[in-house]
Amino acid sequence: MEALKPRLLWLQSITCNGNTHSFLNHPDLFSILSHFELVYHPVLESSCMLHEVLARKAPCDILILEGAFSEQGMVKEGVEILDVALYYANVAEHIVTAGTCATFGGIFKGYDPDAISGFAFDEERQTARFERFSPKLISLPGCPIHPKWLSYVLMMIVQGRSIPLDAMCRPQELYNITVHTGCSRNEYFEWKVDTKGFGLKEGCLFYELGCQGPYTRGSCNKILWNDTSSKTVVGTPCFGCTEPTFPKAVLFETKTHMGIPASMPLGVPRRAYLTATGVAKSFKIKRFEERIITYED
Amino acid sequence: MTATEKKERKRESIMQASLQLFSLHGFHKTTIPDIAKKLGMSVGNLYNYFSSKDILAQEIIKYTSEVLGAKIREVNETDLSAQEKIRRIVEVYFVMSKEKPEMIEYFLRVYLSNREVFSEGCEGMTCVSGFITEIMIFFDDGVASGELRDQDFFSAFGLFMGYLGGMVFLKGEGVLPQEIEYYIDDISRNIYNALKA
Repeated sequence: MEALKPRLLWLQSITCNGNTHSFLNHPDLFSILSHFELVYHPVLESSCMLHEVLARKAPCDILILEGAFSEQGMVKEGVEILDVALYYANVAEHIVTAGTCATFGGIFKGYDPDAISGFAFDEERQTARFERFSPKLISLPGCPIHPKWLSYVLMMIVQGRSIPLDAMCRPQELYNITVHTGCSRNEYFEWKVDTKGFGLKEGCLFYELGCQGPYTRGSCNKILWNDTSSKTVVGTPCFGCTEPTFPKAVLFETKTHMGIPASMPLGVPRRAYLTATGVAKSFKIKRFEERIITYED
Repeated sequence: MTATEKKERKRESIMQASLQLFSLHGFHKTTIPDIAKKLGMSVGNLYNYFSSKDILAQEIIKYTSEVLGAKIREVNETDLSAQEKIRRIVEVYFVMSKEKPEMIEYFLRVYLSNREVFSEGCEGMTCVSGFITEIMIFFDDGVASGELRDQDFFSAFGLFMGYLGGMVFLKGEGVLPQEIEYYIDDISRNIYNALKA
């Protein structure tokens, strides 16, 4: 007899579907899902209908929440989604907040900042739900989440392995490094060489173009997107989408005070950073001033 | 006192003696035997601490930059307004030019005037980062609090430090009709007016 599979319920609140769609890009999607009974999913075939989920008749071992939450007003078929989420959160063994909206409030929080938040966090602050659910909570911020961040969590759960989490319940494996880690432009960052524009292979995006990689937690340059690349590698700044403060208003400019970045790399004291910067800027390294590829016409 | 502390203290006394001689007689006219003589030590022993006169000169500029930087850091770590901090920094600089004239004189008359000595080992801001970093922090805090206008770093830095250096240079030339402290109020006000938001 086949062992019982963990029952997975994917519930959406105030969302754009971005995390749902991102997960569909997983190259091993169906292999991963084969380890679970899919009780409900917004776009994939599953064993329950939405009305059954809303009627609180579905079983649930792992609850995946997508989208931000409002105490009142996010209603499907006459039912407050928050109430449904709370019901399954009580029943489930694991709760995964998939995406920045479900985790911190994200983009949808901007619509009504006082009323909308994440499930267990309102930006960096814990909501009233945190204390109750934090023992079984796993936060996966990202706009959207990388499909492999979610599969990492699901496969760890299915194998009965514990996932080391930080104080905001984020898996340390994924979020205890910054997006800067593994960026192909690290040499340019070290020697303080700016890029000359978007999309170029050369130069660092931190000084002029708003890159938030050095102070954004995430593994975008360790676990590549589509197994291929990342924003910063292709020459677009990191938008800091995994952070509780996401989204910031100006994404393509680095806020500076007399040329000094207003935000320091994660955990780096300003005095240490400025000292290292002053020294690095004192040298001109010819290789970093040149194009990587020279084309003949 | 451990052997390391003892050696460090000796290094510092060599730097201080050299600082005075370099500032007084100039870099080229001061020799290693002159410095050894002033300290009552042998030339050979002095070379145990600094392998060449150029290296010694570079270590001195790092040392003076750290000393001045530490003073400005004390100002940065207060809760004063940017306007008041400007006054304190001007005061620190001018008082140092009076009490330890060799420190500022060394910067103006040795470091800035003998670039060939510093071209390898003290590129750009490498040897003066102790001081520059604190000025950066002062500007950063001033802009972040909304008191100072956001502008190019070097436009602000040149105005601030060029002004102070120029005044101390004039003092060294003996052309200032008043004592240097006399100018603290006016100069602080001028700098603030130029930098304020």
